Amino acid sequence: MKDREFFIGSIFFIFSFSIYWFLGHPYFITERLLMFVAIIGFGGILIFYTRKAQRGEEIFLRTIPGLKAVEEAVGRSTEMGKPVLFVPGIQDMDQVETVAGVIVLGHVSKMTARYETPLNVPVSRSIVMKAAREACKESYLVEGRPDMFHEDMVHYVTDEQFAYAAGVNGIMVREKPAACIYMGKFYAESLILAETGNSIGAIQIAGTASQAQIPFFVTACDYTLIGEEFFAASAYLSEKPELVGGVKGQDIIKLTIIMVIILGLFLRLAFDLGFIDFNILKILNTK
Amino acid sequence: MNFEIFGAWISVFLTLAIFSFLYKDNPIYKIAEHLFVGVSAGYWMTIFFWTQIQPNLFGRLWPSKEYSETGIWYGLYDVLNIVAGSIFPEGGIDKGHDLHFSYLIPLALGIMMLLSLFKSFNWMARWGIAYTVGMAAGLRAYGYLNSNVIAQLKATIIPIANTDLPIFSLLGESHFNNFILLIGTLTGLLYFYFSKEHSGVFGKVSKIGIYFLMISFGASFGFAVMGRISLLIGRFVELITFSSSSYHHASLWVLLLMVAILGYSAVTEKRTEI
Repeated sequence: MKDREFFIGSIFFIFSFSIYWFLGHPYFITERLLMFVAIIGFGGILIFYTRKAQRGEEIFLRTIPGLKAVEEAVGRSTEMGKPVLFVPGIQDMDQVETVAGVIVLGHVSKMTARYETPLNVPVSRSIVMKAAREACKESYLVEGRPDMFHEDMVHYVTDEQFAYAAGVNGIMVREKPAACIYMGKFYAESLILAETGNSIGAIQIAGTASQAQIPFFVTACDYTLIGEEFFAASAYLSEKPELVGGVKGQDIIKLTIIMVIILGLFLRLAFDLGFIDFNILKILNTK
Repeated sequence: MNFEIFGAWISVFLTLAIFSFLYKDNPIYKIAEHLFVGVSAGYWMTIFFWTQIQPNLFGRLWPSKEYSETGIWYGLYDVLNIVAGSIFPEGGIDKGHDLHFSYLIPLALGIMMLLSLFKSFNWMARWGIAYTVGMAAGLRAYGYLNSNVIAQLKATIIPIANTDLPIFSLLGESHFNNFILLIGTLTGLLYFYFSKEHSGVFGKVSKIGIYFLMISFGASFGFAVMGRISLLIGRFVELITFSSSSYHHASLWVLLLMVAILGYSAVTEKRTEI
């Protein structure tokens, strides 16, 4: 789909929806208009930039310091002849952080295959185990080292949060990995894992969007990918146009939000001073 | 010794065994760790089966409400009843559900996940993973957009013209606090802008954003640490309770035993090293 076709499609959609709206919009929950507009608008922006990336147009993404550190960490493990430990969080594949973690795992496993470094991935969910195995298997195949891949490198520990933390701690103190990479959704076990990793002297890189856990990783790890940085990192590493384009699309959404905030400030000021009758806050009260 | 006292001794042993990790990795910690991991893995599987799969999946495919002795569907159920009577009780599963054939889809996806145990059917697991990821993305998009975007927008459009608000207030709403909220949101958003290098004026603005983030992380860290300390106090309270004579001084005896074992193990290790 080219830009012209995309714009024609968008105009056609807006025109059709306008007709439907002025005809009385049956079956449409009016209170959810804002959400509808936001989903369609943001979705449109994401599709536009994804298509752009798929067409091969170059999209610039700034360097994220934690990303370079991943390669350094795997290199260090190789030099020391010790394994790399990758923890993809404690949640299932229905969490976007876990999906991003598995994407980063794909990249890390490519490096471990290239450098012939042992990789250990303890997981706490069966579906994550399956997905992580697939990601590692593919990476080892791509790197031409299928002989080095064995299913046990991704192994299930338990679903229970603290039992998982205890199990991973045990692996850390016994195997003494040179690099510990935590990428996924974490809860209270984050500090337990990061502190143990710190005590064995491993280089530690974390990435999560779990707001309450970021401070613990920032304190105990060498590098931390904060929130959106983590998602951008997974897109950057995957080199998939749909993900890279998605990051650019999200940047445009952020700019749109900033503009809406500034415009909203002026509209509210004008409303409060009695210059206009339009109350922006009423529009934002959605269900 | 009744079961309460026995339970207290087990609880004290496991608590102190986990605490022993603070000294170093040792056999007592290993016992507790392996017990914890093994028991929880089995416990989760059992709980998940009896609280989700049996009542919510099988209970909707063969509800007792619609049970009939004739017909193929419940005929199949009767066969299952003979094979596993505790899972498929006689007369259908009574969990208050109606018959929903749409639940055959999750059943099929579940079976496909299990079939991945066989190498030739390995690809089938991808369907289940794809469904989980796609369903969650669609389901959460609305909620996240509402709570993370629209609610934040609403909070950031501050009342500049409100004369009732004080200029500065340590707690509660004030023009100063509103201004901080506005600047924090805008600079925070700019910090997470990835398609432009953070240099020049843009770099300086995004740096303010990271300062805001770090301050919020610091506050969050302090709050979480307070919560963790209350958990630690909870464990200590239990250990103190179990050290009383009504529990035969469980905490003291177990502590002494552990110190003796760890001391002996340290001496043996040192001798081996020499």
